[in-house]
Amino acid sequence: MSGLQLRLERRPAPSSLALALVPALALVLALLLGALVLLATRHDPVAAYSAMFSGAFGSWYAVSETLVKVIPLLLASLAVLLGFRMSVWNIGAEGQLYAGAIAASWVALTFPDLPASVMLPAALLAGFVGGCLWALPPAALRAFLGVNEIITTLMLNYVAILFTGYLVTGPWRDPATGNFPYSPRFPDAAELPAIPGTRVHLGLPLGLVVAGLLALVLDRTRWGYQLRVIGRAPSFARYAGLDLARNILLVLVLSGGIAGLAGVAELLGITHRLQLNLSSSYGYTAIVIAWLARLNVAATLVVSLLFAALLVGGFSIQTSGVPAALATILQASILFFILAGSFLSRYRVRLRRPAPRPSAATQPLLVPPGEGAAER
Amino acid sequence: MDTQLVIDILAAVVVAATPLLLAGLGELVAERSGVINLGLEGIMLMGAIAGFAAMSATGSAPVGALAGLAVGALLGLFHSLFTITLRADQIVAGLTLTILGTGLSAYLGKPLIGVPAAATFTRAPLPLLSDLPVLGPVLFQQNALVYLTYLLVPAVAFLLQRTRWGLHVRAIGENPAAADSLGVGVQSWRYAAVTVGAALAGLAGAYLSLAYSTFWIENMTAGRGWVALGLVIFAGWNPFRLALGALLFGGLEALGFNAQALGVGIPSQFLRMLPYLLTIVVLAIITVHGRQRGAGVPAALGLPYERETS
Amino acid sequence: MTTPAPFVQLRGICKSFPGVLANDRVDFAVAAGEIHALLGENGAGKSTLMGILSGRYQPDAGEILLDGRPVSFGSPGDAISHGIGMVHQHFRLVESFTVVENLAIGLHGASWLLDAQVIATQVEQLAARYGLRVHPRARVGALSVGERQRVEILRALFRGARVLILDEPTAVLTPQETRALFATLRQLAAQGAGIVFISHKLGEVLAIADRITVLRAGRVVAQARPGETTQAELARAMVGRELGGPPPRQRTPPGPPRLVVEGLRARHDAGYEALRGIDLEVRAGEMLGLAGVAGNGQRELAETLAGLRPASAGRVRLDGHDLTNRSPRAIHAAGLAYVPEDRLETGLGPDLAVADNLIVRDYHRPPLARGPFLDRRAVTERAARIIRAFDVRGARPWLPVRALSGGNAQKLLLARELERRPLALVAAQPTRGLDVAATEAVHRLLLEQRQAGAAILLISEDLDELLALSDRLAVIYEGRIIGVLDNEALDPDTIGLLMAGAGAA
Repeated sequence: MSGLQLRLERRPAPSSLALALVPALALVLALLLGALVLLATRHDPVAAYSAMFSGAFGSWYAVSETLVKVIPLLLASLAVLLGFRMSVWNIGAEGQLYAGAIAASWVALTFPDLPASVMLPAALLAGFVGGCLWALPPAALRAFLGVNEIITTLMLNYVAILFTGYLVTGPWRDPATGNFPYSPRFPDAAELPAIPGTRVHLGLPLGLVVAGLLALVLDRTRWGYQLRVIGRAPSFARYAGLDLARNILLVLVLSGGIAGLAGVAELLGITHRLQLNLSSSYGYTAIVIAWLARLNVAATLVVSLLFAALLVGGFSIQTSGVPAALATILQASILFFILAGSFLSRYRVRLRRPAPRPSAATQPLLVPPGEGAAER
Repeated sequence: MDTQLVIDILAAVVVAATPLLLAGLGELVAERSGVINLGLEGIMLMGAIAGFAAMSATGSAPVGALAGLAVGALLGLFHSLFTITLRADQIVAGLTLTILGTGLSAYLGKPLIGVPAAATFTRAPLPLLSDLPVLGPVLFQQNALVYLTYLLVPAVAFLLQRTRWGLHVRAIGENPAAADSLGVGVQSWRYAAVTVGAALAGLAGAYLSLAYSTFWIENMTAGRGWVALGLVIFAGWNPFRLALGALLFGGLEALGFNAQALGVGIPSQFLRMLPYLLTIVVLAIITVHGRQRGAGVPAALGLPYERETS
Repeated sequence: MTTPAPFVQLRGICKSFPGVLANDRVDFAVAAGEIHALLGENGAGKSTLMGILSGRYQPDAGEILLDGRPVSFGSPGDAISHGIGMVHQHFRLVESFTVVENLAIGLHGASWLLDAQVIATQVEQLAARYGLRVHPRARVGALSVGERQRVEILRALFRGARVLILDEPTAVLTPQETRALFATLRQLAAQGAGIVFISHKLGEVLAIADRITVLRAGRVVAQARPGETTQAELARAMVGRELGGPPPRQRTPPGPPRLVVEGLRARHDAGYEALRGIDLEVRAGEMLGLAGVAGNGQRELAETLAGLRPASAGRVRLDGHDLTNRSPRAIHAAGLAYVPEDRLETGLGPDLAVADNLIVRDYHRPPLARGPFLDRRAVTERAARIIRAFDVRGARPWLPVRALSGGNAQKLLLARELERRPLALVAAQPTRGLDVAATEAVHRLLLEQRQAGAAILLISEDLDELLALSDRLAVIYEGRIIGVLDNEALDPDTIGLLMAGAGAA
């Protein structure tokens, strides 16, 4: 078979040039793609993008609204990051978020007369524990029976959402608002204090603290070391006698707890009542954020900010007639371009003219040793 | 209990099961070839909006269904490109597809909200069969897409088990290295399986907007894509068990909405939780018992295939 | 019996890979109805030659003749369509499929409809003709290893193979299954097939082959018929070295038995028994070499000793302490270090930093640990110290191990295991793939430990290495130790014979 051939060769180490360029390039390409979508639906891309930018960063209030969105995204992303560091795929952050919110709601609704100094810590703790408990069944199944945690955590997402639906239309329904699916508004003591004039609440420092703690634990503690080894070299970990089952359990449960905190933050900081759309898919977006940040805590802060800006900017362009969904389109496009780009950093694509052969057989795509060796 | 009510509910079960079954059959084929598609929810939504839009533009419901099918296939090619050729992580790629599908369908669907459907898939009772007692009204007084789904179940089963195409698809899902060394093009077959699977998911979405609810509503799949994913596992990757599972899961949904009328004391949400919980239980059982007469997890599921050069 | 006209002929085949001349002007031919055995040690070039015949590789020079006409195989598919069927050591079977379904994969010219009945009938016919008893509708996962091999043979026959190449077919078979296989092969030959039987087992080769070719270092060094040669001659041809005697070495008398293994039994991953009652004794200050061709249980022995594989029977004792089936951590703590042959996946974590690799045994103790924290400075210091002490080139504490060369990675591994002066050491293929300098460095390290009184079990496929370093040499064959020789009295013929199973029950 004469003619050019496409060959794929795996690079020995990821190209650092590609790794650095890809995110920036992906952002640019995504914006271009978004502009095309806008043009195709007869909107002005320049107007839309500048409206998005000023919606996210154009004023102090805009910045504060962006920070508000950072809180749940950051906490959920940190939760997911923890699991992913040990190659434990927690796809259930969304459900754990709701579970945490449910637990915190229980505290607020059952003990309405607690002073804030007791209520807030209690609710936060309850939310953490709630998220942990929600992650416990998948964690145990994975650690002891090897059951794939991607499916089990995923399935529990909707269970949590349905349970929330049950609570807010049933036992915890707000008598005052009739048939709306809300719980009664929480007592003032259960409100996370915010920066005056904004909605930026205590959840932000909480998120930053969790980020700092996580970075500390992952990089500087013995347990973080175990996570590193198990996550990146499981055979080696087994050879060295590390306890995989116990660590898998611990990591997934803790991951659930942190995601639960994301739910509590949104609950006590923004909505002040348990409701069905507590989360705008924060749990799923968190997975994308953690992956984009290459599981690096500092990068997670940046990427969460970016995605929060996209969300807030997206809301604000609705006034110019562009649906807020543009933000999700942009998010997805960035991701797809990064996926494509990360491929290029791992593989080389070569065009070759093969040496003529007597028999007309089909060529395998990857080169058997000897061929490639001779040409190297 | 009123017999007519029971019959009505059973018919509703079939109606509710159909989109799950369609999407599930598609995902079953894809997963048998070794690729998991977490973008089902997004693909279904895109199919729903594409179908509704095409129907509005042409006034023909079958055209809408074809549009759903086509859009699904396109997204399937997309997913294949990323996960098979570019060897991206199947989880991240699938979730991204869901995010994209959710966002894009909402974006494109804005002008169509509240617009009544010009043409839908209406009830088309089959001659003779629809006069059967009980089974008649339940199974044979449905719309064309439902009948299509009836045919698809044995068709997919036959194609998978009794044809060489199906054999190759199954082989690459179990042992791609062996299949490759025997001359089966792993990448091509996976592309085909994923594309077909996504096309069916798109069709399932079109069913929702053209037959089930006859309106476009943002996020109208309401989690059915995730249920379909669970359903495939629950069914142990077997088309007939999938049909039964779809009836079960669809039944729970229908039961949920009619709970009061039936005097069932369980709140609807708990009934709707059962599909997800059952999936977890079944997955645990399947995992622990390993392979049982070919009903196990496709061994290569989720892993991108690279030919060894040793 | 005169040599029948060759059906397939390889003439003057040359093939090299980077750094190694795998085949050097090799001539090889198979006639219809003939069983031709290809003998040789690991690395002799058997796999390469058969890879060329089966279409996997292209020869650099030489030609392939089929029925006297030159042909060229561009791919394995090509070779198959010309009637060359290969039965690999690692079966290419889908476990959850039936035999019929497995045979149907990739069949050319078959209809789109899978008619299991038709294939089943054909299978039964073939089976009857060649004596390959297998149930067509059985699920492959439920078949024994011997039966699975029959399926692989059937697959080749199904595709019209006239030449069957079997690569170490008896490596995974029990003695009874081996007898059954031989009966099958004789029947196949009687029906006109040509068979290439690749093996290192002399007894079997003499029993089954019509002709024997011995490869060594890429060249044909001997060719004979079973009646004309002996196991000893074949062994010498295979191993063929003139020894200059072991290099001068300090002979301190070894101490008391330190590592004692009694009746050890363990299973292979595929289920059959890999260790069938190992009895071994390594004395303090002694290096006991373990010779044997790959696949006779060495890997399983090493893993069982290190606690990574369960022992189904028998005892392992270190200085009297019973270590059988204890955890890897406990075994290491008791003083048994393990250098695995899978250096880069198991012995080291390639994506982890050098320092992370080095501290895996004692990261939880001071001075590396301070409470729950890791003292990063202490870790860096320790890593730097070890790197210097063991002269690991190219290593910096926080670079990933993947960046190191093979030799330096191995030095790192050894550094970690030897740093604490273990009482005993199990080293599996420690110099595989290393260049001369690195090999020498590794040998030096091992001898140092021996000098310090450690009991060392050196498992290696490199006979030169074993002869140079060992005080005594044990030979493992089919899961048992079939001979222990004192190095003074060694002669390569004896070892070769033992390695190839001569004298085994």
